[in-house]
Amino acid sequence: MDLSHIEHTLAQHGAWQGKYREIMLLGKALPAMPDALKTDAALVKGCESKVWLHLDLDEQQQRLVIIADSDTRIVKGLLAIILACYNNQLPQEAGKLDAYELFDKLGLIKHLSPSRGNGVRAIVERIHQQLQVLQ
Amino acid sequence: MNDNPCIQLRRDFPIFEVSVDDQPLCYLDSAATTQKPNQVIQAVKNFYQSQNANVHRGLHTLSEQATTAYEAVRAKLAQFLNVQSREIVWTSGATASLNLIAYGLSDSLKKDDVILLSPLEHHANIVPWQLAAQRTGARIELLPVDAQGILQLEQAKALIEKLKPKVMSICHASNALGNINDVAALIARSKSSGTVTVVDGAQSLLHLRPDLQQLDCDFYVFSAHKALGPTGLGGLYGRYELLNALPVYQSGGEMIDTVSFSGTTFRPAPEKFEPGTPNIAGVIGFGAALDYLAAQDHDALFRHEQSLYQSLLQQLNEIDGIRIWGDTANNVGTVSFSYKNEHHYDLATLLNTHGIAARSGHHCTQPLMAHLGIEGTIRVSLAFYNNQQDIRRFIVALKDTISLLEE
Ligand SMILES: Cc1ncc(COP(=O)(O)O)c(C=O)c1O
Repeated sequence: MDLSHIEHTLAQHGAWQGKYREIMLLGKALPAMPDALKTDAALVKGCESKVWLHLDLDEQQQRLVIIADSDTRIVKGLLAIILACYNNQLPQEAGKLDAYELFDKLGLIKHLSPSRGNGVRAIVERIHQQLQVLQ
Repeated sequence: MNDNPCIQLRRDFPIFEVSVDDQPLCYLDSAATTQKPNQVIQAVKNFYQSQNANVHRGLHTLSEQATTAYEAVRAKLAQFLNVQSREIVWTSGATASLNLIAYGLSDSLKKDDVILLSPLEHHANIVPWQLAAQRTGARIELLPVDAQGILQLEQAKALIEKLKPKVMSICHASNALGNINDVAALIARSKSSGTVTVVDGAQSLLHLRPDLQQLDCDFYVFSAHKALGPTGLGGLYGRYELLNALPVYQSGGEMIDTVSFSGTTFRPAPEKFEPGTPNIAGVIGFGAALDYLAAQDHDALFRHEQSLYQSLLQQLNEIDGIRIWGDTANNVGTVSFSYKNEHHYDLATLLNTHGIAARSGHHCTQPLMAHLGIEGTIRVSLAFYNNQQDIRRFIVALKDTISLLEE
């Protein structure tokens, strides 16, 4: 799923119900994380819902492979957007990305309540923390 | 025409003229905080505009007037609760009141004494007792609550007799589920053990207007903002001998008799628990809230809330997959529910797109949610200023939300 496609799809909806429908569809398309990987260590703190996240590099190309899941449909959709932004990037490129800015650009941040916004921020912070460990 | 006075009363609340995200507000979160009538807003404004002075200091006219107005509200509240003025202490809210009491009672607790709570309690009525238990070696025990979230009264009474608790602190009504607990019966049963009884009245002051002599509790705590008053103010009632015997919690000016470096003596309650400049404007505003409530027919307000509650229950029960928690036979008008396995976060986020202000999550009652085996609920909490239109809008929004989730 590429970002410009997501941006285009979301922009087509004036009403929030429509935007959330698209977000939830993105979440549905994201593969479910096996239960064995939903460990406490993978839990992201600071989210109202449960979010699990694992980050790795693929062996051949050394590009990012992030897998993530949530127990809510909407956050799972937001995760799909974040992953579309980070996955397949080289770590040094990914380190420069700011998904929070992306959410702003998608017109999502303004309507996310502070706690939900913080959820996104916590997810992004976790990714950047782990990136530093990898580098 | 409609002879229901609450239809008119809604007009006293200017917030209902406000739109949120371009939609008229559908406010269903009164358990978190109630909206304020014009009378309260005006009273606070007038105080700052034409009466502002500190209280209990100086004898200039403005200060004397402020002091008189401030103390008059204490008397008003005492009358409202059917107790004496000197038994009312102002605090910053129910949380501060519970901390004051739990700290104060710690002096009389010792190892293995029992502090009896219930799984229904708000964190504010749990954590201060946990700290008191840590300080003293006392232990916390819980009253029995069933899988639906209802206090088991007969078993609870038996447990009180068995454990002979030193302290029992129970909510009058649960904020998460709305259940009304028969606190009078529990208190009556604890008398023979000499238990000090504390009632968390945060959810009952507005809806149940309790007569504290009838409840016969030793302490009762509340927050003004949950009963039409301003935020940042609350208080407690304490049976005078018990209240006055509690040690000072916070200290400073205004609560002392004499201060010297060889020793300080404190004034009697309530002053000894009110150091520093109090929330004067808050008290004045709360006075207007009490006047407002006293001018209404309480039974009519209660009937209106209950009829809204019944239609909400009925319409929710018609939706397949809704699970309502708590005691629907004794309730202040709060419905807490789940829908199938859907996460409350998704439900609440989508409801919000319809302008519905409802609460989702654990409602500061994590032990209760763990007891019920859930992460959280959607909570709809009513007050007398709600109307059938609010209920209809909510149900339409909920059905729309469900069909979106199940697409
Ligand atoms: C039952 C109950 N107790 C205590 C509190 C704490 O009140 P406050 O936050 O106003 O101090 C609340 C508020 O939600 C409550 O509902």
